[in-house]
Amino acid sequence: MSEIHLEIDGRQVKAREGMTVLDVASREGIKIPTLCYHEALEPYGGCRLCTVEVESGGRKNLVASCLYPVEEGLIVRTRTLKVDKLRKTILELLLAHAPDSPILEEYAKEYGAQKERFEKQASFCILCGLCVRYCAEVKKANVLSFVGRGTTREINFIPELAAKECWNCKECFPLCPTSYLQAAYVLTEALYTQAPPFEVKGLKGVKAC
Amino acid sequence: MSKGGKMPRLNSQEDLVRLREEILAKRDPKRPCVFVCNGTACIASGGLEVLKAFQEEIERQGINALVDTKGPGCSGFCERGPVVVIYPEEICYVKVRPEDVPEIVKETLIGKKVIERLLYQEPLTGEKEIHESDISFYKHQTRVLMGVKLDPRSIEDYIAIGGYSALSKALFQMTPEQVLEEVKKSNLRGRGGAGFPTGRKWETAKKAPGDIKYVIVNGDEGDPGAYMDRALLERNPHSVLEGLAIGAYAVGASEGFVYVRQEYPLALKHVLMAIEQAESYGLLGENILGTKFNFKVKVHQGAGAFVSGESSALMTAIEGKVGEPRPKYIRTSVKGIWGRPSVLNNVETWANVPLIINKGADWFRGYGTEKSSGTKIFSLVGKINNTGLVEVPMGVTLRDIIFKIGGGIRNGKRFKAVQTGGPSGGCLPEDMLDLKVDFDELTKAGSMMGSGGMIVMDEDTCMVDVARYFVDFLTEESCGKCVPCREGLRQMHKILTDITKGKASENALELLEDLAEVLTGASLCALGKSAANPFLSTLKYFREEYEAHIKGKRCPALVCKDLISYYIDPEKCQACMTCLRKCPAKAIDGGKNLIHIIDQDKCTKCGTCFEVCPSKFRAVRKISGEPVPERLPEEKRKIVRERKAQ
Repeated sequence: MSEIHLEIDGRQVKAREGMTVLDVASREGIKIPTLCYHEALEPYGGCRLCTVEVESGGRKNLVASCLYPVEEGLIVRTRTLKVDKLRKTILELLLAHAPDSPILEEYAKEYGAQKERFEKQASFCILCGLCVRYCAEVKKANVLSFVGRGTTREINFIPELAAKECWNCKECFPLCPTSYLQAAYVLTEALYTQAPPFEVKGLKGVKAC
Repeated sequence: MSKGGKMPRLNSQEDLVRLREEILAKRDPKRPCVFVCNGTACIASGGLEVLKAFQEEIERQGINALVDTKGPGCSGFCERGPVVVIYPEEICYVKVRPEDVPEIVKETLIGKKVIERLLYQEPLTGEKEIHESDISFYKHQTRVLMGVKLDPRSIEDYIAIGGYSALSKALFQMTPEQVLEEVKKSNLRGRGGAGFPTGRKWETAKKAPGDIKYVIVNGDEGDPGAYMDRALLERNPHSVLEGLAIGAYAVGASEGFVYVRQEYPLALKHVLMAIEQAESYGLLGENILGTKFNFKVKVHQGAGAFVSGESSALMTAIEGKVGEPRPKYIRTSVKGIWGRPSVLNNVETWANVPLIINKGADWFRGYGTEKSSGTKIFSLVGKINNTGLVEVPMGVTLRDIIFKIGGGIRNGKRFKAVQTGGPSGGCLPEDMLDLKVDFDELTKAGSMMGSGGMIVMDEDTCMVDVARYFVDFLTEESCGKCVPCREGLRQMHKILTDITKGKASENALELLEDLAEVLTGASLCALGKSAANPFLSTLKYFREEYEAHIKGKRCPALVCKDLISYYIDPEKCQACMTCLRKCPAKAIDGGKNLIHIIDQDKCTKCGTCFEVCPSKFRAVRKISGEPVPERLPEEKRKIVRERKAQ
C-alpha cells in the first residue's frame, strides 16, 4: 500500500491509504476532541466536534476528521480560530442537554464554552449513538435503536430484545458520555417487567406488559 | 385514440424511424383535438370530469369520428385549471366546468365560434386572449420542456414528436465518450439545487473503477410549493427515461432507478406505464433497439422524508435503509448505491439530455447565460396573479418572471420579497428584482437556485416570521444525525419564535449568527449546511425588521400576533355591529349607536373584525409597538345621528 504524505498543524507526517485524518493525528499525539468516535466502531460523523480545516489543491474546507480520508499533499489545521469557534458552539449546544457530563465539562473548559448560553433541554442524551452502534456493530444484538427524526430523535431499547440480551452484557453503559443510557435502560426495565417487580428465575408465565 | 395492437419490438434504428412514419401517416394535424389538462392540480379542480364530459358530449353529438380528446399532463397554469385547449386553432379556455362542455362542443367545436366568457383575462390590461400562446403567462416563457403536447400514457405520442430518436442516435452514431463529451460541452448543470456540472458527474462515474454502475432519477421533490419534477414525470415520463438510458449508455450502467416520492401517485403511475411500454418496444431492457446495450429501470417509492432528496440519503434509502445522509468525502459518483459508482440527477436534468443529444450542445447553450445554460422551470407561487410552472432561459430577471409572466402582485399590493431555492434558499428584496436568475447570481445574492421554487411575498409579510417558518420546516425535516443541524436548528427555531413573540433577549442576533456559523460550517449534509440561509438572507436585507421586533417589540408588517393589537378607531366606527356579531371571542363591546370597543384581554387576535369591517368605514386597525389608546369614556360612545328627512 502506498505511503501518503501530509501536513498536520505544520508537522510533516506519513500515512497509509485508507486512514482518516483523525487516525493519523491520534497516532502523532495531536489531540482532536471527539464524542461519537470509538476505535471499535465505524466512524459516524455525528457530533462534528472533530471538525478540522483541510486544504487541498488550494481549496480550504471544514470537514469531520473522523471520516475524512488522507490524501497526498493534504494540509490539516486542527486549531484555527474558526475551528475553535465551531467547537465552542457545538459544545454549548450539547451542554444545553448535559451540563454536568464530565467529558463535556472538560472540553468546555478548553474551548471556553458556556453552560447556559442556549435554552436548556429536557433530555440529557446527546445522541452520539455510541450505544446503538456498539450494540449493532460489536455485539450484533441490535437491542438499541434510534427512534424518530430531527429534534424528536431519541434512543430506545427494544424491550423484548433487552430482556434477553442486556442483563448479562451492559457493555454499552460505560460508553455513554452523559449517563443517559442507564436511565433509559432502567426505565425500559421498569416498564417492561411491570409485575412482579423482581424477576424470579425459572418462573414461567411472567409476561411483558 | 386507439393504442393499436401489441407492437413487435424495435430491433434497429430503421425500425424506430419506420414506426414514427407510420404513426404520423395515421395522424392529420388539422383534425380537431381537445386537450383537457389532466395534471394533478387540474384533476383536483375537476379535470377528469371535464374530459369525461367532452368524451360523452362528442359521442352524443355524433362527431366522435372527427374529433380527438386527450388528457395531457400539467401545462403549468394550474391556478386557472382545468385548462382546455382546442386544436388546431389553439383556443384556450380556463377554469372550465363540466357544465360548460356542451356549449363548448356546440359553439366552438361545431360552430367554430369562441366563447368569450371562458377566455383568460389579463390581470393588468383586462384584455381577453383567445390563443394559449398569446396569454402573457405563456408568451414570455421559453417552453422547451413544458411546451410538448402529448398524452403521457401513449408512447406513440412521444415517438411521434421524435421520442427515443436521441437514444437511437446515441446508440448507433455515437460512442459513449462522444455522448459524454456532448453533455459536457452543453454545460448542463444539475437542476436539483447545487448546479453541479452534469457532464463532470458522469465522467467521474465513468472513470470510477467497477463493472457495475447505476444511474438514478431524483424525483424526491420536497420543497414546499415546488412541483416541476412532478409535472415533468406526469406530462412526459418517456423523456426522463430516454435521458436516463442515454446517461446509462454514456457511463456504462445497465441498471437504473427512478426515485419517486410517495405523494406523487399520478407521476408514479405514468412512470411505471412508460417503463412497461418502452420495454415492450425494445427501448428499455435487454438489447435495446437490437444493440448489445442492456438497461433495466426500477422504480423506488420514497417514504416522505425531505432529507431523502439529498443524494447520499436517497441512495441509502434505495439500499433499503433509513434515508439518512452519509458523509460524501468520497463522491457518490464513485461510491454510491452499495458502494458502486452512481450518477444521481434530478428529473429536469434528465429530461434535458435527449434534447442535447438530438439538437446538440450548441443549441442548448443558445439558451441561458454563459455559466448556466439552458432553460429552467420555476414554480411561481405566493402573492402573485398568475401562479404556476414557468419555464424561462437562465438569466431572465426576477422582475420579468414576477411581473411579465406572473402578472404582478395580487390585489394591487406592493412587492416585498421573493424567496427562491426552497426552504434553505433565501429572500431577495425589491432592489434585487433586476438580478439575472442563474445558479451563480442567486448564490452570490445569498439565496440559491435550489430546485426552482419561487415564492413571492407582498408588503403584508413579516420577514422574521418567514425565516421562522422555513426554519420550522427544516427543523421538522432534519434527520437528526449530526449535532449542528439537529441542535442548531432546534435553538434557532426557539430564538426566532421568541423574536416573533417579542420575548427574545438582547443578544438574540448574536446567538443566531453563531448558530448560522455552526450550521453552515459543521453540518454533515447540504440540508444543514444551507439551513441558515432563510435567517441569513432576511437578516442581510431586512435587518431593521429584526431590530424592531427585538428592541421595539414591534412587528412592522403587523403580522406577529403577540406583537400586535386590534383597535377600533372611534372616529371611524359607525357602530354597525358587524364585527361585534362576528367576533368569535365575544371580545367586542358595543351596541346600536354605541361605538364598539375591543376588550384587549379577551381578544385572541384572530383578525376577524379587521376583515369584516365594511370597507367604507375601515375602522379596525392593527397597531404594534405602541400602547392601545385609552378606552373611550362612556359619554362619548353614543353616536347621535341626524334623522334623514322623510
